Amino acid sequence: MKQKLILIGNGMAGVRTLEELLKLTPDLYDITVYGSEPYPNYNRIMLSPVLAGDKTVDEIVLNDLDWYKDNGIELISGDPVIEIDRNKREIKTQSGAINSYDRLLIATGSNPFMIPIPGADKQGVIGFRDIHDVETMLGAAKDYQNAVVIGGGLLGLEAANGLQKNGMNVTVVHLLDSLMERQLDKPAATLLQQSLIDKGLQFKMQAQTSAILGEQRVEAVEFADGSRIEADLVVMAVGIRPNIELAQSAGIHCERGILVNDTMQTFDPRVYAVGECVQHRGSCYGLVAPLFEQAKVCANHLANYGIARYQGSVTSTKLKVTGIDLFSAGDFNEADGDETLVFQDPAQGVYKKLVLTDNRIKGAVLYGDTLDGSWYFQLMREGTSIADFRQSILFGQHDLGDAGHGDSKVAALADSAEICGCNGVCKGEIVDAITKQGLFTLDEVRAHTKASSSCGSCTGLVESLLASTVGEGYDAAPSKKGMCKCTEHSHDEVIRGIQQQPLKDMRSVFEFFDWKTEDGCASCRPALNYYLLANWPDDYQDDAQSRFINERAHGNIQKDGTYSVVPRMFGGLCTADELRAIADVSDKYNVPEMKVTGGQRIDLFGVKKEDLPAMWKDLADAGFVSGHAYGKALRTVKTCAGQNWCRFGTQNSTGLGVKLEQLTWGSWMPHKFKMAVSGCPRNCAEATIKDFGVVCVDSGYELHVGGNGGIKVRITDLLCKVETEEEVLEYSGAFIQKYREEGHYLERTAPWVERVGLTSIKQVIVDDPVQRKALFERFKHSQQYAQVDPWAARAEGTAAHEFSTIRIA
Amino acid sequence: MNQWTELLKMDDIPQLGARVLRTDTMDIAVFRTAQDEIFALQDKCPHKGGPLSQGIVHDNTVTCPLHNWKIDLNSGEALAPDVGCSHRFPIKVENGVVYIQLAVESAVA
Repeated sequence: MKQKLILIGNGMAGVRTLEELLKLTPDLYDITVYGSEPYPNYNRIMLSPVLAGDKTVDEIVLNDLDWYKDNGIELISGDPVIEIDRNKREIKTQSGAINSYDRLLIATGSNPFMIPIPGADKQGVIGFRDIHDVETMLGAAKDYQNAVVIGGGLLGLEAANGLQKNGMNVTVVHLLDSLMERQLDKPAATLLQQSLIDKGLQFKMQAQTSAILGEQRVEAVEFADGSRIEADLVVMAVGIRPNIELAQSAGIHCERGILVNDTMQTFDPRVYAVGECVQHRGSCYGLVAPLFEQAKVCANHLANYGIARYQGSVTSTKLKVTGIDLFSAGDFNEADGDETLVFQDPAQGVYKKLVLTDNRIKGAVLYGDTLDGSWYFQLMREGTSIADFRQSILFGQHDLGDAGHGDSKVAALADSAEICGCNGVCKGEIVDAITKQGLFTLDEVRAHTKASSSCGSCTGLVESLLASTVGEGYDAAPSKKGMCKCTEHSHDEVIRGIQQQPLKDMRSVFEFFDWKTEDGCASCRPALNYYLLANWPDDYQDDAQSRFINERAHGNIQKDGTYSVVPRMFGGLCTADELRAIADVSDKYNVPEMKVTGGQRIDLFGVKKEDLPAMWKDLADAGFVSGHAYGKALRTVKTCAGQNWCRFGTQNSTGLGVKLEQLTWGSWMPHKFKMAVSGCPRNCAEATIKDFGVVCVDSGYELHVGGNGGIKVRITDLLCKVETEEEVLEYSGAFIQKYREEGHYLERTAPWVERVGLTSIKQVIVDDPVQRKALFERFKHSQQYAQVDPWAARAEGTAAHEFSTIRIA
Repeated sequence: MNQWTELLKMDDIPQLGARVLRTDTMDIAVFRTAQDEIFALQDKCPHKGGPLSQGIVHDNTVTCPLHNWKIDLNSGEALAPDVGCSHRFPIKVENGVVYIQLAVESAVA
């Protein structure tokens, strides 16, 4: 017989817990849900847009009644639970019905705090909490004229905006002299107040409400200074109180909220609690993102997995008032030793402030331009040092601007504006999918629309769209990101596990980290194969079936299923004989198109897979090895004309390019890796947009790292300057090895350098000769195994099955 | 007329891999899972025709190498939210040898 789970409270946190639970174990429990409102679960965050007329009630329903039915969940609404008997493990409802439980989940949410002043019980005085309140407000807007909203916080301003859009004459009353004082500093609050005044709202600041006047219905609000404002409707939005009466009456330990531990259990281990009614490590949360994090942890324990822990949340806020962009996160008050970065453009109505402690973001306030809010929030939660880019951080994460997306505010874009250039997805389609399918995460949007699922350059835009469409319900990327859907462990955790446990084959990784799938997936398997290979070059047996087809077939698959072949030309040099050999091969295998690549070699397109081994043999006979143009590997070392011919050349730059490529070819990397050597600062080999670039100067060699010419152009950072070729080789090998050991799979050096910080790389490669030499030695050791030409091996019969079709006798 | 045609030894297909059967009319991908289950689908992704045989096999699914659609090997159906189907062919293993039914009319999905 199944165990019985009872959920008290049919709101977002409780039902989200059930959703997470059903994902883990669909059949563990018989589930009954008691809700006090006569609606299925809806998105409470979106009540403001409903009030403002931007959404309908139907549009904000998260789980319709069919969802409960389809999942075998009994929903009892309108008969609230009034008693919990923990000894008998039973609950009793208002109508006297009794139901027993094995585990109980309390998610009773919170109530609006009603200020205890004379007249607060008059008709027309309400909170702003549920659909019923919204209906009351909409009704009042039809019949009455004047509304007063008490409370100039997030909720109060959203209510005021909604009432005003419904034609009421609205005054916001606030106790302090600055709006949203918990989220905004003074300058941002001033900007906000001004734009709300421009929209037609009135304000009475520093005003203490003393009484509500009227016969049966409210007629006016009176203040401590004796002044009065006429009012037909009063909305109290001064805060919420966790709804703990039921839990308290059952003897469950409560303070401000129901006390829970890191596994979301109350003092009675059979009773769990999530959402606004709980108090965790001293904090009560009223925003949705933390509730969802709690739901995930709670579900994990209800499912008997027992591995998740909730450790509290860092929260961010966005104001959902059309036409006002506002973002706030963390603590924006400066303490001793903190620093503040401010960007202010009053003409444009833009204000950005970041508070830093030790070069790490502690709080952020953005007004007018909030596009980078999610980026700052991520930097804040991950505790990333911004030392290396603090001079430009206020201008935002520049990749948004590079791929032709411009700096337009996403909310202002037309529905027909293209967001994802790779897959041709427009804003309207994405917003549609988010609202109709009830999407909350970037992954969900990727799956349903394909937006941001290819090159990723529009990820920031899609995240902004998510944030502006679903409000705070948007699951910003969790601070710890699982590698893929097969695991919750991050790349860093898995890399550490492989290095330290140690884990030397894929099965061990799956077992140690408790992978959720039997065989992993097309996303994690190539990553694990790389990590194992990079860390255990002499022990690990490369797994062809875990490689993407390009690396399995050692050629680039083209859209018609044929392959391309790029032989290696060290340093871009070639001879007439070599070119003749390529021409002969091209004729012999009917290559339909040849092209000179950007990496200074020749690409032969349209080769049938069956022809590859024979073609490689002919190329090997002419002295060529694989160019690895298909791999997450060392690609090319580009060179310029060089000192032999160029009147400006210094050093033997071309020769150095050849030496570098001889040292590094064949090595597998987290992503593709490109190098270049220029013979003078004119930099004809474009060394400053490569992963590792060398610029020769008369006195030695400048070493540049972390450049990229792709999706997001990034100019290299100068690592250091050295004096000899030997040093260039050693530094490059050490840099590569550090990237190989620390980079996340599919992370180019540009984002890697930004993630770990140039300073930390310099400390090891430049300042510490012992570590540098050790890295270089490890690189050379691994190269013993990597520098075996895969083409020659396959020409001689390795992996023959890969290249032959089945013949029917 | 459900005629079984002998293809190859199961061991000639790598685990978590595939081989291609080339017929007059089309290519057919023959997959082998980690549990030695064998499946046959037309070697053509319902999305943009990518060669499924070249994809990565995991559990009973293959991920198309061109745009990462995931196809269920058992049914040939794309996994949600994508929609589409690759034709599947009856296939069996006897004494380590793989047989397929090529008559298209007998292979209704």
